[in-house]
Amino acid sequence: MADERAIGAEGAAFEMDVEGGKIREFARATLSSNAAYMASARPVIPPTFLTTTFFWEERAPGSNPWHLVHLDPRRGMHAEQEYVFHGPPPRAGTRLVCKSRIESVFHKEGRRGGRLTFAVMVTEFRDAATGKLVAEARMTGVETEKPPEVQP
Amino acid sequence: MSARWAELQPGTTRPERRVGPLTRTDFVRYQGASGDMNPVHHDEVFARAAGYEAPLGVGMFHAGVMATWATDWLGPDNVRGFKVRWKEPVWPGDVLTITGHIAKQTERDGERRVEVEIVCTRQTGGVAAQATAVFVVPDSPS
Repeated sequence: MADERAIGAEGAAFEMDVEGGKIREFARATLSSNAAYMASARPVIPPTFLTTTFFWEERAPGSNPWHLVHLDPRRGMHAEQEYVFHGPPPRAGTRLVCKSRIESVFHKEGRRGGRLTFAVMVTEFRDAATGKLVAEARMTGVETEKPPEVQP
Repeated sequence: MSARWAELQPGTTRPERRVGPLTRTDFVRYQGASGDMNPVHHDEVFARAAGYEAPLGVGMFHAGVMATWATDWLGPDNVRGFKVRWKEPVWPGDVLTITGHIAKQTERDGERRVEVEIVCTRQTGGVAAQATAVFVVPDSPS
């Protein structure tokens, strides 16, 4: 059961270095062969690359407030994900300062899955050198009352 | 008006991309690259205990395929937004088809932008995910 007291909770700021090798690994794992990602000396990030904050937030205790929402991992699911870039996406060699907050927790009646609980976390990415806001991520998670009916 | 801009009228499409049949290895490779190690996407025992018959596809994996289908078209440096909504689960063995079209052209403060609608469809015809991406359109393509 999601905890609405998490609304407004903020994580500690953490740093993320945008790395060329990581961009190539990520592009390959998403089946891309675009030379801008795979062959450039200073590649730009693919649009969904900022999900790799997983590797950086764990170095900074208290940086990810998502766990405060307490969605059940067995019935929790990623419902929606958005990235906004305020200019060209960051390139390898950029150091980002990232900060997450829980924007909302709300409920809806699902068509088949019973009551659905949604939670939204926003992460802001600033260029460490300039302080400029370069990107934002908005993650929406959902918890269903039972697993979905679609099976292989 | 640049030729490029004139070419990107609403309704314009580019060839679809087909990926798969997806394997557990595709899911694991993506999870290793992204850092999301949720066991429901690779641990058969965990997935069954959660009520699934197989490891669930990783939504962010096919979101990534959808996003780069669009950046291959309109330029990796030009993307300004990408928003994806997952509609139904993906499973090992699925073949996914990525399609899309220009939904809108906008011009604000001298900057030209297009909005692209992208759909990821399973071999069953079921829609796995829908996305909207926003790109700037420079006078000369980057």
